[in-house]
Amino acid sequence: MNTPAEYYQRDPDRHPPALTPGYKTSVARSPRLAPISLEQSVSEITGPTFGHADIGPLDHDLIRNYAKTGDPIGERIIVHGRVLDENARPVPNTLVEIWQANAGGRYRHVNDRYLAPIDPNFGGCGRTLTDADGYYFFRTVKPGAYPWRNRINNWRPAHIHVSVFGASFSQRLITQLYFEGDPLIPLCPIVQTIPDPTAVEALIARLDLNASVPLDSIAYRFDIVLRGRRSTLFENRLEGN
Amino acid sequence: MTRLPYLKETPSQTAGPYVHIGLAPGAAGFDIYERELGHDIAGPHAAGQRIRVEGLVIDGTGSPIKDVMLEAWQANAAGHYAHAQGGGPVEDGFRGWGRVITDFATGEWGFDTVKPGPVPGRNGTVQAPHISLWLVARGINLGLHTRLYFEDEADANAADPVLNGIEWAARRPTLIARRTGHDGHVIYRFDIRIQGEGETVFFEI
Repeated sequence: MNTPAEYYQRDPDRHPPALTPGYKTSVARSPRLAPISLEQSVSEITGPTFGHADIGPLDHDLIRNYAKTGDPIGERIIVHGRVLDENARPVPNTLVEIWQANAGGRYRHVNDRYLAPIDPNFGGCGRTLTDADGYYFFRTVKPGAYPWRNRINNWRPAHIHVSVFGASFSQRLITQLYFEGDPLIPLCPIVQTIPDPTAVEALIARLDLNASVPLDSIAYRFDIVLRGRRSTLFENRLEGN
Repeated sequence: MTRLPYLKETPSQTAGPYVHIGLAPGAAGFDIYERELGHDIAGPHAAGQRIRVEGLVIDGTGSPIKDVMLEAWQANAAGHYAHAQGGGPVEDGFRGWGRVITDFATGEWGFDTVKPGPVPGRNGTVQAPHISLWLVARGINLGLHTRLYFEDEADANAADPVLNGIEWAARRPTLIARRTGHDGHVIYRFDIRIQGEGETVFFEI
């Protein structure tokens, strides 16, 4: 029988702290007391699983999945990469979901009031499953930068939100992907919630001309790393590592 | 110290105010997917008591947060998770995972499910029935993990290794959902306080 295995502890220095006053909304939405460290049990080392019955054939193609009268406006891009764990093992069959603004920087959301236009042919969301090698890809348009209410002249760099499940509830992660070369990245208060500059680098998708489709789409590579796990160690049994 | 060649976890970023676009587009105001995920936690065939769980997520000013997304993860009534390592079989259609968003006007959230059974803990212990919760929202930089326990499981809660592992006993009640109900339905009320008086216990798992 496959023995449940624990995940490595999350390195808090890799992530933004809860309280980051430069990103003002965090001030009232951050716990003031320290989180309680919990030794993992079956509740933490299990998590939801997904299959192809859960998603549709066009769900990963944001250029086509909401198109009504033509293609969405904007620079056509491919976003691709692998989902790995900290041991560099692929994470197969895991659900990756993305959402983003359109090329003008406007979200298709009832609460987005930015004056850039809604694109009738762009929904702004997609989802896919990684393959056996942990590989995934999306086709979309490059999102636009947009202003937001934090300090009065703050702008979000172009970004895509990324949600990944992994193989257990303890690997659950939501992050954002930024684009190589964007001058707004170092100025963004949300990017700046991450104290470690090398961690910020890990959120910048790299231009990948080899994966581009000539005369069609430019590609960006974005690999995602989830927490690693011991192979069998659990409940103080030392089989495996 | 020489560092071993492990990769490092991708850093978290806030889900922002528009998490619904990606994860619950119907709530964002448009239909795109044939089926949205996470609407049916228990499925039609699950054994056990049908319950509803409801609550608010309250910020440090005492206001409900109206753009939260919560995910629930639970065992079935027999204490099995729907996972290869989940301890045993589950009913056809039982997923044990749910995704709920708050009402944009009121901040109320709720989901229907079955009451989970006790599940094994570490070192031969038994954990009281509980639902694991994970929540993200604008202003939350890293998703918050917490657990919901049931008021009417007092004996099991008193023996639960996780509750007992919270040194500050005064904080344990923040994880206990209050049993209410109307029209013959069993409802558990579970308000989550992010900050301030009665701050909910969050876990680093």
